[in-house]
Amino acid sequence: MELTLAIAIGILSASGVYLLLRPRTFQVIIGLSLVSYAVNLFILSMGRLRMDAAPILSGADANIADYADPVPQALVLTAIVIGFAMTALFLVVLLAARGLSGSDHVDGKGD
Amino acid sequence: MTGMNHIAILPILIPMAAMVFNLLVGDGRSNRRIIGINIGFSVLLLLVSILLLTVLAQSSTAAAAVYPLGNWPVPFGIVLVADRLAAVMVLTTSILSLAALIFASARWHSRGTNFFPLFHALVMGLNGAFLTGDLFNLFVFFELLLAASYGLALHGGGRNRVRAAMHYIVINLVASFLFLIGVALIYGTTGTLNMADIARAVPNIAADDLGLFEAGVAVLGIAFLIKAGSWPLHFWLPNTYSSAAPPVAALFAIMTKVGFYAILRLWTLVFANQTGPELVFGQNVLFVLGIATVAYGSVGALSSKALDRLASYLILVSAGTLLLAVAYNVPGVTTGALYYVVVATLAAGALFLLKDVIDQVLPAEAQILAVSLEFYGDEEDVIDEDQEVSRSFPAAATLLGWCFAIAAIVMAGLPPLSGFLSKFAMLSAAFGAANAPTAATWWLTGALIVSGLFVLIAMVRNGINIFWTSLPDDGGLSLRPLEIGPIMVLLALCVLMAVFAGPALSYFADTAAFIHAPQNYIDLVLPKGDAS
Repeated sequence: MELTLAIAIGILSASGVYLLLRPRTFQVIIGLSLVSYAVNLFILSMGRLRMDAAPILSGADANIADYADPVPQALVLTAIVIGFAMTALFLVVLLAARGLSGSDHVDGKGD
Repeated sequence: MTGMNHIAILPILIPMAAMVFNLLVGDGRSNRRIIGINIGFSVLLLLVSILLLTVLAQSSTAAAAVYPLGNWPVPFGIVLVADRLAAVMVLTTSILSLAALIFASARWHSRGTNFFPLFHALVMGLNGAFLTGDLFNLFVFFELLLAASYGLALHGGGRNRVRAAMHYIVINLVASFLFLIGVALIYGTTGTLNMADIARAVPNIAADDLGLFEAGVAVLGIAFLIKAGSWPLHFWLPNTYSSAAPPVAALFAIMTKVGFYAILRLWTLVFANQTGPELVFGQNVLFVLGIATVAYGSVGALSSKALDRLASYLILVSAGTLLLAVAYNVPGVTTGALYYVVVATLAAGALFLLKDVIDQVLPAEAQILAVSLEFYGDEEDVIDEDQEVSRSFPAAATLLGWCFAIAAIVMAGLPPLSGFLSKFAMLSAAFGAANAPTAATWWLTGALIVSGLFVLIAMVRNGINIFWTSLPDDGGLSLRPLEIGPIMVLLALCVLMAVFAGPALSYFADTAAFIHAPQNYIDLVLPKGDAS
């Protein structure tokens, strides 16, 4: 389980970083999305991996050891929302740059 | 004390109210009354910031306004902490934002849509970042100020702006992901996000986890260094700042200081309880990066012919100076650095605004000359001697010249103005510290003095190009009071900081003493005797 998650995070971030360094804006935005998935999984893993455990405490005499850590899950939610909004905003800027320069190169140059 | 604690949230609520107001009334950029109300919100923010600072300055040195949001108990809820450091930064933000807003209301606000809501959102994010006592909340406020700054960097449109803003957005999104990784690692090893609680938990981290924790802090540090404009993570900065609209660039002058603030706050807080080699984690790296940033900024300032590019490189120089001061980690040096951060921010903001006014009065051919100077260098101009003698300076040009001269003296750190006093305070504290002078002291001295010389040369050359060779001879210069007024106020504040250097420095000395004794902060935020 840990190994699977670690490999997934590694592959996502490696592909993301590779795409980020590419010269086309579309590749950059896909790279940003992949890195953000990797980061979200990473935050989740920081709450320790637990199977079949609820994050919300119920009942007065509940044992905390039976539950998953809710904080990373809340953080991931925030991070997903912010990352999504920023990607959308970047998409608009990307289209504006494409329209103004007539090229999808990050520096607005022709090939 | 209860009433005072509520002041801590007002610097966030007022810009938010202004933002909501602007969204409700719609795009009212041609309506003078709406512009007036916007300026009113900024004035209100300034008054609250002054109140916060005076209340803190009059109470004991260890006082701070602590505001738990929603009254949740502290390690679990988010807490706002307005201590002296935060109050100074909030006040600087308020002054700069009011000046930039008044300047923008002359004509820049109408160059694009939604200037006012974005502007207030940026101020809200800045104030929130300075006030929060929670690491993840810091991330949220960072994102808020960045999202607003993306919109503002694009304000006015045009190919150059869009290209610079695109680079700026990508690098800051990557920085945000690094921020998240750092926060996650710190949470994973300490189990808390409250800054004071992290500071308390650090000495108890298991030896196996310590490496992981330090990796998290280092990743977080990279995110802050990108924001602070440290070499080699600064390449986005000169392009973005010089292509942004002038009032926006003026407000951006304080954005690099958010990175400095975050490093100062976290490093002094988190690592002070440690002993041995981890006493100040990454101190040497920060110091070397500071030297490199100062060097790069100075050379960049020398190489730039246009005033806005020069101002961007001056931002780099001040960012490097502040990094050096943080890495030096002596209360006296921090005192000087805090004085420097206020003065350098105000002067840099004034310089960005001044550049716009100069652009308006310069004849078009002079601007082309400035561009061609970049490529071909100076050409010899033989001026008839009679013409030179009889030449009279129009009053408006004299005013601009004085503003430029004051900004230059402050930025270069020449006596008698505040830039010199701040550098002198840093150096005298560095030499007065125990077992000084070390090699680091000499590096700090060299960096401060040589960068001052480089900045002075760059500013003098720029001033000669603008005021002695390019300004038109006729008295047809007209300045808008709304534009020259804020510049003069900002520069007057720099002069006043020098006149009232005694009270200012004693306040900053108290602030530095508070920051370097982190147990004060921990005791303020966390209820005593509570072990979680």
